Amino acid sequence: MFLASPKKLRSFGIIGMNQRNFGLISRYNPRHLYPLVDDKLKTKLLAQQAGITVPKLLGTLHYQHDVKLLQEVLRPYNQFVIKPVKGSGGKGILVIVEHDHNLYFKPSGDAIQLVDIERHVSNILSGLHSLGGKPDSVMIESLIQLDPVFSGYSYEGIPDIRIIVFRGYPIMAMLRLTTHASDGKANLHQGAVGVGIDIGTGGALHAVQFGETVLHHPDTRKTFSELFIPHWDKLLQLAAACYEMTGLGYLGADLVLDRDQGPMIIELNARPGLSIQVANYAGLAPRVAVIETLKAIDPDPQARVIFSKKQFSTVLNPHTPRLQHTRYDDPR
Amino acid sequence: MHANLRFYLLVILIMGLGVGLILYKHFILGFPLLPDDKTPVWNIEAKIDFSARGGPVVVSFALPPETPDIVIIKEDFASPDYGFSELASPSGRRAQWSKRAVKGAQTAYYRLSLYETDQITSSIAADLPSEPEKPEFDEVLNTAAITLLDQVRNRSANTKIFTRELITALNSKVPSQNQSLLLSERSSDDYKTHLIINLLAMEGISARIVRGLYLEDGRRRQSLTNFVEVYIGGQWLLFNQNTGLHGKPENFLIWQRGDESLLDVVGGKNSQISFSIIKNLQSTRNLVVRDSMSKQAGIIDFSIYSLPIEQQNAFKMILLLPIGALIVVIMRLLIGLRTSGTFMPILIALALIQTTLLTGIIIFLTVVGTGLLIRSYLSRLNLLFVARISAVIIVVIVIMASISIISNKLGLDQALTVTFFPMIILSWTIERMSVLWEEDGPREVLIQGGGSLLTAVIAYLFMSNRTIEYLSFNFPELMLVNLAFILLLGQYTGYRLSELYRFHSLERRNVSSKS
Repeated sequence: MFLASPKKLRSFGIIGMNQRNFGLISRYNPRHLYPLVDDKLKTKLLAQQAGITVPKLLGTLHYQHDVKLLQEVLRPYNQFVIKPVKGSGGKGILVIVEHDHNLYFKPSGDAIQLVDIERHVSNILSGLHSLGGKPDSVMIESLIQLDPVFSGYSYEGIPDIRIIVFRGYPIMAMLRLTTHASDGKANLHQGAVGVGIDIGTGGALHAVQFGETVLHHPDTRKTFSELFIPHWDKLLQLAAACYEMTGLGYLGADLVLDRDQGPMIIELNARPGLSIQVANYAGLAPRVAVIETLKAIDPDPQARVIFSKKQFSTVLNPHTPRLQHTRYDDPR
Repeated sequence: MHANLRFYLLVILIMGLGVGLILYKHFILGFPLLPDDKTPVWNIEAKIDFSARGGPVVVSFALPPETPDIVIIKEDFASPDYGFSELASPSGRRAQWSKRAVKGAQTAYYRLSLYETDQITSSIAADLPSEPEKPEFDEVLNTAAITLLDQVRNRSANTKIFTRELITALNSKVPSQNQSLLLSERSSDDYKTHLIINLLAMEGISARIVRGLYLEDGRRRQSLTNFVEVYIGGQWLLFNQNTGLHGKPENFLIWQRGDESLLDVVGGKNSQISFSIIKNLQSTRNLVVRDSMSKQAGIIDFSIYSLPIEQQNAFKMILLLPIGALIVVIMRLLIGLRTSGTFMPILIALALIQTTLLTGIIIFLTVVGTGLLIRSYLSRLNLLFVARISAVIIVVIVIMASISIISNKLGLDQALTVTFFPMIILSWTIERMSVLWEEDGPREVLIQGGGSLLTAVIAYLFMSNRTIEYLSFNFPELMLVNLAFILLLGQYTGYRLSELYRFHSLERRNVSSKS
């Protein structure tokens, strides 16, 4: 069996690309708000204004002639991340973990030279990675330090936590673990492991790589069963707060746990992908339906997190969220 | 819900408009739905021979009437050094050749090309008959006629049957005395026709003579055949004067109605007329377009057909694009195939149309493959982006020129068509693929490249289909139907085929957890 029956998928509440584009993105994400998340500098600024922790900005480059300044900008830092401001899907992100004279080392251990970085920056500025090939800017951020809780769960990279926030309510989450196959990137289609995370507890539910179930990390062989994400409440609250910050009804918040600074937001996405359903072995549709039937959106992110934790916890509650919702909603 | 209703109304409106226009063109204007639809076109030549006496000569010749069931494509009048004019007389069109002084054998030609349409000859302007003139027979003939008419009248119930019975009686193999008397020994066709008309007149029935030509391919030295047209119940019915059958036979061209002479030659003698007929098949579509243009049917007059041929050819291509767009929409929204660049496959498909499939794919793979190799070197040169893509364009042109030159030297003509590939698009494809290779690895390049090529090939197969090409050009209204489909697909929120695979592990898990 290589193909699932559409009927069954629908009964599990799996949302497809067409439905996502039509029923979620175009309905809940007003076009004019896109720049807030497509432009990572704007997102960063917004987040800082909202008091949300973000990775430290080390520098920005806007024009091709700025490339000459690159060496100066980079000199004081041993570790850094270079990102296109308007990149999408993790494209064009260059991570340098060590700097030794002329050589810069990638997480994989490959060494590159300053000219390579300069070319990369120049490509970004020319718009190679931006949507529609428009000229772009480059931002240089501090490198996130791996939280020891993830040691053994990540290979050559920093795992990030993707939380889908629908109208301010976190409805689904997954942990994306870098692998050797994904070249240190946390992109599922490149071979990163997606671990579905229980909204109620922050515990791992189930993990997939390339769409197939895995029980332990393919490189470190560590099993996922005892994985629990610390600061889970804080992470959920940060994600929930992004709704007020951006106004986007359907967004994917990418968060990380920094060893020193704790939970922080690295990126927001107005068109979050659907692989999260595979990692969670659950469909988004029932959870979206729960939120859609709410009469009013609670203005307090903390209250929304509490609601979500109660609604969407799969570990504590044997009931499906749908049934639970009707009972919860009726007396009001 | 309200917006939804409006949307579907719009779709139905667009679809209805498109389908309606197509049906109108097919049924009213006669556009065939298939490209191979052929119509027989009859080329008739009437040759008029006479010898002139030496004085002024006027030749007057009846021309076939223009009726709705035939379309005259072309008429020619040829005769050396004659003055010519076409006259309209109450009994029909006539051609007139004239010359001041001429002597000896003379020939005039009238050539005509026409085809028959399916249109029923609605009896428009059924010209009213004149009061039948009672014939003046001598005593004997009169008695014979009255007897015959009595017999026939007894056997018939109405005018139609009466006419048929009368004709059968006159043509019977064992003629009675009356019949032989009436027909006498001078039973030429014309005589018989007039006899029938006279006998009908004695009954008070109006009738007239009709001369026509049986259209048969490759016939020469034909002459016109006489029919009798009888006015019954407010319309004229055609009767075969030898069989009594009524109705116009197939492939029969009515040349002249009424008793006026077919040919008058003043100042000549021994005039003779003979017809020859040749049939050839022509594309129905061409005939219909020509006819509609000449009739100035609005929908045709303000259409692509009114453009110069060169622009028409351009539109032939352009009108295929919506078909390609529909394929891309289907491939992406229903199948979920990933392509590099949304509409790149259509442009590749357009190029494939020019190059043919296999040659095109080989050329495409060669150019993109070589381009990727050179591009990988360019990426080491540390160039600015715009400069690099421009360099790639030049590389692509060099590759295309090399392919052309080398294949020309090798005598491979097909490869010369390489120039039909859009250079800019190829360059962008190479650039994108190369970046994709660096970032996501060769697997993604294969997926997207394969997806693009597959979409292009499918689009090509549709766009190069003769019937589809014919329909899209001759029924541009199809675009509306296409648009309606694309609008509908734009509302499709179900799963893509690829997602059934993507999520197939979910199904297994959910099944096992339930059991």
